[in-house]
This record gives sequence, structure tokens and C-alpha cells, in this order.
Amino acid sequence: MHQVEIATTQETLLDSPEMVLNMGPQHPSTHGVLRVVLRLDGETVIDLDCDIGYLHRGMEKIAENRMYTMIAPYWDRLDYIAAVSNGLVWVETVEQMMGLDVPPRAHYLRTILTELNRIASHLLWLATHALDIGAITVLLWALREREEILKIFERQFGARLTCHAWRVGGMPNDAYDDFHKDVKQFVNNFPKRIDEYETVLSENRIWLSRTVGIGVIAAEDAIAIGLSGPALRGSGVAWDVRKSRPYAAYADMDFDIPLGENGDTYDRYLVRLEEMRQSRRIVDQALENLPDGPVNAKLPKIVKPPVGDYYHSIEGPKGEIGCYIVSDGTAQPWRVRVRPPSFVNLQALRQMCIGHLVADVVAIIGTLDIVLGEIDR
Amino acid sequence: MPLVKTPKASFAQKLKRFFFVDLIKGMGLTLKYNLGAIIDKDAVAGKGIYTEQYPKVRPDVAPRFHGAPRLNMDPETHDTLCIACNLCAIACPEDCIDVIAMDVEIVVAGKPRRKKVLDEFIFDTSRCMFCALCQEACPTSCLELTQDFELATYSRAGFVWNREMLEQGRETVKYTS
Repeated sequence: MHQVEIATTQETLLDSPEMVLNMGPQHPSTHGVLRVVLRLDGETVIDLDCDIGYLHRGMEKIAENRMYTMIAPYWDRLDYIAAVSNGLVWVETVEQMMGLDVPPRAHYLRTILTELNRIASHLLWLATHALDIGAITVLLWALREREEILKIFERQFGARLTCHAWRVGGMPNDAYDDFHKDVKQFVNNFPKRIDEYETVLSENRIWLSRTVGIGVIAAEDAIAIGLSGPALRGSGVAWDVRKSRPYAAYADMDFDIPLGENGDTYDRYLVRLEEMRQSRRIVDQALENLPDGPVNAKLPKIVKPPVGDYYHSIEGPKGEIGCYIVSDGTAQPWRVRVRPPSFVNLQALRQMCIGHLVADVVAIIGTLDIVLGEIDR
Repeated sequence: MPLVKTPKASFAQKLKRFFFVDLIKGMGLTLKYNLGAIIDKDAVAGKGIYTEQYPKVRPDVAPRFHGAPRLNMDPETHDTLCIACNLCAIACPEDCIDVIAMDVEIVVAGKPRRKKVLDEFIFDTSRCMFCALCQEACPTSCLELTQDFELATYSRAGFVWNREMLEQGRETVKYTS
């Protein structure tokens, strides 16, 4: 572990006591309404504490008072950057409770569109992370590519951000007419774009000095905290729900899980860039093998899962999104609990930041890729 | 499973760094983009430009877009297609639809019958999530979310749409040039 010697009691002519600094909740670099209380010695972070809950909307409680089919649009608003993935976890959990057989075409379309959503989420992460560190150019380029994905979403789902993409048992609509052409065009153009980001960032001396060795977390610590997603894989732990518990059509796909070595901010950056390339590979494969047929399973008039409790998780862009539902046999869930990846990943912030400078806190919050809508729910 | 490799600073890399190769490469790429915006004919024709000049140029909204609600009418008789079945109000997660029906006496085959018809339709767009569950629930394709996306008003009351607004559409100023 990267540790910096901290001299807390320095005997100087001028007495310099520790300082407590409030960062947020309204701060451009905390990516939402996150308040971080920092204890500083000069510019070095000695200790920090996170204050969350500013965006609490009571999603889990709302879900207790809605029918199973109505809850999916609320789930989009957990992690609004990855609304398609979040909607999928709800829908798939209910389908497993009901024991529904979703047609393969729906599974393949779900795979394509969630992977596009993963790319969109990683692009927004790259844009804001680079902006936090000081590279503005990448923001404009990454948002340009994200726009193409959002246009596909608008044509397919009818909305750009909170798409309400899935219904229990399948999809609201089949793929639109030019779907194949639009996705193929994106898939063909995208590798060139990632190479451009790499040209600007990967060897850039400013980028390297701001990210290499910053926010290191060892594999054991990452597992102990319960990190998931790129934050975990950056430390070299090969854990991906798409591989270990395949859902949708991931069992048929051929892709690799990129792993980091050092578990620092730079490795997590490389892991996410490589993940975008792998996602592009998955989209390409799924598009080639897209089967024909219906996109909806036969659904009873009122969705009433049998009594019991169920847990299902998928690999979202930020990590493992889980959904735990307790059913009492009625049309409304008795209790719902979300396992939000950002909430768990944020717990590593303290360990990552101690010993670094205040400017590095901004970089580390960026590298964790948190969304406050999901943390506070 | 590929490992991502942090570049080790070899001698060649140190040399590259000494001669600012990393910065020159990055600057070269951004310069290419800048020149491209000036020279590229595609860019001039609007192909390479991603900024939409809204409101001067109105965006191309997808046909499936979930925007302002509308109550469709029969194109020939101009009667409402709504049968006051209340399914949209039941399907709405936010409970923002109120369907108010009234009973009318009609004569079917010489016998008096009571029929439920639509009296008033209240749609609260301030609470609407535009999830389109109401549109899917509608059995007569009456309630539809249209491509109109300009929903801002000056008052809270303006967000509550009544039947007349839902049928005729709301008057908005369309700034074109």
C-alpha cells in the first residue's frame, strides 16, 4: 500500500494546527450532492468523512406501494447515467421470481443496449474525470460519442436518459427499423475514438503524474470493503457478474475482463478504457447473431410472484447492481432492497485518500465513478 | 484475461518525455480537429458539427419519443377516442391521471341504455415521469405521448392539463430564427 509519512505535530515557529475543510455538498467535483469533511495538515489529508443522504427520495419505500410492473421507471432514477442497466436488474429479478421464459431476441437486444449503456456511462465518467483533473478536450470528445448512443436510445426507447427501457417479460417495442445500421455505424467508428482519448491522456505527463500511484487500494482491502466493478478489477481481482453468473445473453458472448495491477487511479482508467473496447466487441457479436422472433414472453394480467425472497444481480457500469425482493404473494412487493455499487465503492474513499493532497481527493472521487442518485436512493 | 500495463519509464520513454513527444502528439491531434473544423467541407456542410442551433434549428425528435400527452380524436367524426375505461389512471405509477366519466342515456335498438362517456381528463405533467405506461395501457390508442418536448410554463397550475389542452394541444411560441 502506498502510504505517506504524515508529520502531525511539527515544531515550527508558527503554530500550524490541523484544519477541517468542508467539500460540498455543492461542489463541482463531488459529482452530485456529496459532502466530504476533510481533516487537513497543510494540504495533506489526515482523515475524512463522507456525509450522504442529500438526494434521498425513498425509492425502496416507494417500491413497496407500487405494482411490480410500475417500479421499473423508478429504478432508472437510481443511477441515472446507467438507467438501462438499472431497469434491467428490476425486470430480470421479477422475471426470475415469476419463472418467465424471455425470448432469445429480447435477451440479445438487452445485451446490446446494456453494453451501449455501459459505454455511455464510461464515456461520461471519462469526460468528468478528465475534466476534474484538468483535461477539457476529452470532455467534448467523449460527450460527442455519448450523444450517438443517446440518439440510439431515443429512437429505441423514446427517451434519452431515464429510458424506461424494459418491461417485465421482454421489451415494449422491437428494435426500430434502422437499429442495425445505427449500432453498426457506432461500433465501426468507436475504436478510432478510444485511440484518440488514449493519444491525449495515456502518455500525457500531467495525466500520469496526477493518476499513477494515487488512490491505491490493495486487492485484499478492495475485497474486504466489498468493491465491485472497475474499482475492484483495477486492483487485479477477476470478478465480473457477466462471467461468474451470466444473465441476458452474456453466456454466448466472447469477451475478456481487463484487470489492473497496482490498483491506482491510472489502472482503473486503463481498465475502463479496455472495458469500453470489450463492450464494443460484445455489441458487435450480439448484433451479428441477433435472432429473430418475438420480444415478449406471455405475461399474466397482474404480475403476482409467489411468496418468497429473491436476489439477483447484474454487472452495471459501476459494479454489481443487486436487487433483493421479498414477495408476500400480492401484486406489490413487501420489501425491496437495492445493492448499489456506488454506495459500496464510496466506502473506499477514506482509505484511498489518507495521505494524499486535497487535489487528489478530486481525482479519487472521480475514479470511483459514483452517482449520488444511487448512493442516497 | 488481459492485464492493463502501466507504462514503465524505459530509456526510450524518458527520451520521448524529454523531447515533449507526449505533448506534441496530443497537441497535434487537437490541432487536426481545429483545422478540420475550418478546412473540412463536411464540417461546413454541417456533417462534422455536433452542436444543434436550438431554438433556431429545431431538433429531429424520434417518432417513439415520450413527450407531451395528447388525447387523439377520430379523424372523421372528431369525437374523442377515449372510452373512459380508466386503465391509464390505473397503470400510472405516479397517479397523475384523473379520468372523470359521466353517464348518458342513449337509445340502442329502441331500448334506453346508460353509457359511460368521457367528461373531463386531467393530466398532471409536473408529476409525470414520461414512462409511457399509460400509452401502453390505452386500448383505443387515444392517449399518446407526442414528440412535443417544450413543456415549461410560468405557474404550477400550468402543468395541469385539462381535456381541452390535451385534445387541441397547448399553444407555445416556436422560436425559429
